[in-house]
Amino acid sequence: MRTMTRRAMRGVGLLCAAALSLTACGSSDDDAAAEKTVRGSDLRAALKEGGSITVWAWEPTLKQVVSDFEKEYPKVKVKLVNAGTGNDQYTALQNAVQAGSGVPDVAQVEYYALGQFALGKSLEDLSRYGADEFKDDYSPGPWNSVTVDDAVYALPMDSGPMAMFYNKKVLDKHQIATPTTWDEYLEAARALHKADPKAYITNDTGDAGFTTSMIWQAGGTPFKTRDTEVTVDLAADKGVTAFTKVWQKLLDEDLLAPIESWSDEWYKGLADGTIATLSTGAWMPANFVSGVESASGDWRAAMLPQYEKGGEVSSENGGSSLALMKAGKNKDLAYAFNEYANHADGVQARIAGGAFPATSADLSSKTFLNTPFPYFGGQKANEIFARSASQVPEDWSYLPFQVYANSVFNDSVGKAYVSDTTLAEGLQQWQKAAVAYGNDQGFTVNK
Amino acid sequence: MTAVTPITTGRRPPAGVSRSRRGRAGWVFVGPFMAVFALVFLAPIAYSLYLSFFRDQLVGGTSFVGLDNFQRAFEDEQFWAAVGRVLLFLVVQVPVMLGLALLIALALDSGRLYGKSFFRIAVFLPYAVPAVVATLMWGFIYGTRFGLVGNINEALGVSLPDPLSPSLVLASIGNIVTWEFIGYNMLIFYSALRVVPKSLYEAAEIDGAGEWRVITAVKIPAIRGALVIATIFSVIGSFQLFNEPSILQSLAPNAITTYFTPNLYTFTLSFSGRQQNYAATVSLVMGVVTMIIAYAVQLRGMRKEA
Amino acid sequence: MSAPSFTADQTSRRSTHRAPAPRRAARRKHSVARPRRSTVLTLLMGLTAVYALMPLAWLVINATKTQKSLLDSFGLWFSGEFALWDNISQTLTYDDGIFVRWFLNTLLYVVVGAGGATFLAVLGGYGLAKFDFAGKRAVFATVIGAVAVPATALAVPTFLMFSKMGLTNTPWAVIIPSLISPFGLYLMWVFAAEAIPTELLEAARVDGSGELRTFFQVALPLLTPGIVTVLLFTMVQTWNNYFLPVIMIKNPDWYPLTLGLNAWNQQASTAGGQPVFNLVITGSLLTIVPLIAAFLLLQRYWQSGLAAGSVKG
Repeated sequence: MRTMTRRAMRGVGLLCAAALSLTACGSSDDDAAAEKTVRGSDLRAALKEGGSITVWAWEPTLKQVVSDFEKEYPKVKVKLVNAGTGNDQYTALQNAVQAGSGVPDVAQVEYYALGQFALGKSLEDLSRYGADEFKDDYSPGPWNSVTVDDAVYALPMDSGPMAMFYNKKVLDKHQIATPTTWDEYLEAARALHKADPKAYITNDTGDAGFTTSMIWQAGGTPFKTRDTEVTVDLAADKGVTAFTKVWQKLLDEDLLAPIESWSDEWYKGLADGTIATLSTGAWMPANFVSGVESASGDWRAAMLPQYEKGGEVSSENGGSSLALMKAGKNKDLAYAFNEYANHADGVQARIAGGAFPATSADLSSKTFLNTPFPYFGGQKANEIFARSASQVPEDWSYLPFQVYANSVFNDSVGKAYVSDTTLAEGLQQWQKAAVAYGNDQGFTVNK
Repeated sequence: MTAVTPITTGRRPPAGVSRSRRGRAGWVFVGPFMAVFALVFLAPIAYSLYLSFFRDQLVGGTSFVGLDNFQRAFEDEQFWAAVGRVLLFLVVQVPVMLGLALLIALALDSGRLYGKSFFRIAVFLPYAVPAVVATLMWGFIYGTRFGLVGNINEALGVSLPDPLSPSLVLASIGNIVTWEFIGYNMLIFYSALRVVPKSLYEAAEIDGAGEWRVITAVKIPAIRGALVIATIFSVIGSFQLFNEPSILQSLAPNAITTYFTPNLYTFTLSFSGRQQNYAATVSLVMGVVTMIIAYAVQLRGMRKEA
Repeated sequence: MSAPSFTADQTSRRSTHRAPAPRRAARRKHSVARPRRSTVLTLLMGLTAVYALMPLAWLVINATKTQKSLLDSFGLWFSGEFALWDNISQTLTYDDGIFVRWFLNTLLYVVVGAGGATFLAVLGGYGLAKFDFAGKRAVFATVIGAVAVPATALAVPTFLMFSKMGLTNTPWAVIIPSLISPFGLYLMWVFAAEAIPTELLEAARVDGSGELRTFFQVALPLLTPGIVTVLLFTMVQTWNNYFLPVIMIKNPDWYPLTLGLNAWNQQASTAGGQPVFNLVITGSLLTIVPLIAAFLLLQRYWQSGLAAGSVKG
């Protein structure tokens, strides 16, 4: 599979030029883009000369990429370090940047967190390496997330176009049709919980990532940033109101399982039918296979339910990129690795390992789309995910301090899950906290 | 003197020999400890104090702000809510834990138990369990769905309240902390009891005192020093409550806020919020509050003795 | 909470009612010194033991389950195939046997960190107990005062300092902070004051022995039980150290066990990650077994040490 797609990639001219002659492209490409040639040959020279780089990432498929890369360039040593997942790693990264030592060359950063690091001037602008020409190579959601104005702060590693995973066995048993709108979803939730008081349509205990994704799908743009001027609108934004309208009902009627995602109870619930659906990113299948083994064959993927009947709007949830640290030592090598992993051969290795790509060529490749998922009863789930990826609204943006905002999400919105506070009230309290923090950090928020 | 001095030290100023030579020798012994101590405690505290006069912004960088951070700390509702919460914890959990530890120690010391050494080691064992693991285990037990609480509900057809709900979570954390440290404190009390001179009992017995009387009149006063120091360390421990709520947070994010305890709050400030300057300020204020309470405990302990 | 107090009350009443048996009284005069054993008190203690041991029982039971049966069986009883040995071998070999590496790291931290902490506490405690010097009274006050400042916020300044000294991501970043045990210092202070007769030191000095020689040859042997006690406490602390390594160590090759276990636990919440709760549980069990073994082995010393080292009024 690897060699085949490698050939397929060769067919894509633009990709080849963009790949900076790392591996697949011949020297003829060098003439095509004169300015890049210099850089391309610089990179080749660096790779030839060798050296070592440190990569901080928790993405499991990178292990394979690193070993392939080292095989291809025997003089390059890549030290792959899992410095924690998400926030833990950002904290470590921030500490290292501040201390000015121990900064890795490459770091995994989720899309929602990129703004914070870009703004802190910790990241290298990759357009220097010609990465600004990759726009068409990636699906729009991820690409928008890694670019700020003309700067490219990272290469998209994977993406999380959302889909609704559902336990077909459970829904069939209670003769509930697969919901296609959120209103139908609500009906399904009621019917299911009525038929089996132990079963819930889904679990939710308040999750910032999920909530913002839902607002995103509803066409909301609650966060807007222009330079250091930020507006936060979690009250009147149309996406916010559309989301709370549906979700408040689910909450009021106790139709959401109070199970924390990723806990062992959650894995249990996914396996035994307690949790009947899960709306999340396309990276989820790998977790189903490894964590919910016993329910193999029960689950299917479907398009995300719509806010409006017949709508074709989706959203992104999760997904991350690899960025180059400004304080890194071996930038050329670091970039060469980044490109290998996210724009060249590494992508195939990662897809084979279960990752969901952000590269448009793969998202439209027949091999990819036709891959059957035995876990989903042989369903060609990638068709759904790829379709979802093309339906993501492009005008969304996160706060430039989203990491902090998300970390205090449950302080305010969480109350809606354990008390009489409504979601709308919780979201407004969250807005208050975000506004105060932003202003304290020197932004001009809602002024 | 703002802290505890073991009562024993007051007894003997070592006699004779040139005091200054001996004084230098004293520092030779205490010096290594204090040198490392200065590196890992005093220097970071001094650094924090320095940091507390500045502000670092994502936009605008670092600037000197004088006492602004302190003013903000005094007006910070979230901070004082956190202080209130650990105070409540302190007032309830510490006496319960120390009381139980004392009773167990007295029971062990009474010699009236079968299998004494089994009990001694059994009660002490939880201390060996890392907080990460302890919280994992209790997280299971508290589970209302698949956990033990859930099992009980199902088996008996009852509906116990959720231990991780906002109203109960502090008590549930108290239970974990008690479980972890009861044996540790028990051991301190027990070993203090072991060295209470037998002659004291004899005198009391001759006066016709019963066992309970011996406990209140002889044993407890005899180990007051141990009680005071255990209380002070427990007070400090309560004010620094962090591991248990922080790990349980992943199971009960809506009940345990990011400002649940002062320590959790400073952690959120400095780690998620990159507000190290303000976090340093809050920590220093918290340190002062803790010292005042510890001092009060000591004063009270000493007064009783007089 | 009131049950144990009832116990004590009841036992005391019993003891006043019943006079000690004459045969016993012949051997030992007093009922308080040599009382009758009580079944009721033992049963109540039994409850405490159940409270203390139940979570540990959960750990042991669940270490015998596979990842699958872990998720769908009753927690406090065995279920499915008995997978303890399989889990142990998986734990030891998973991810190229990194658990063994973590174990050795922890051992290193404990030997150097707890050993060093004990040594510094013994030296310092002895100095405080047996010498009069300027600033002595301030020492303990400073120690207690510094300990009162929340550690979480000191972490970042400490990290920045260590980073400037090039110590982060090295074993020193874990070892140096664990060299300080305020409670150990306190314990050794009291213990040294009690266990070493000042006359003995004076005698050695009269014989012309230097202070250091006196310490090593005269004082140290007398301090052994106290040293074992402090060693046990610092060992537990270092073994279970979590917060500081989290900040200081970003290289899994230098993780202690607690960090490693947490990393495994987090694996369940990573896109594409494989949940290995069974290994987390088995790993936790393997983590506490050596400590428990150390307790049992050192129990004898440790009790006599604590006994002499405790505070008397």
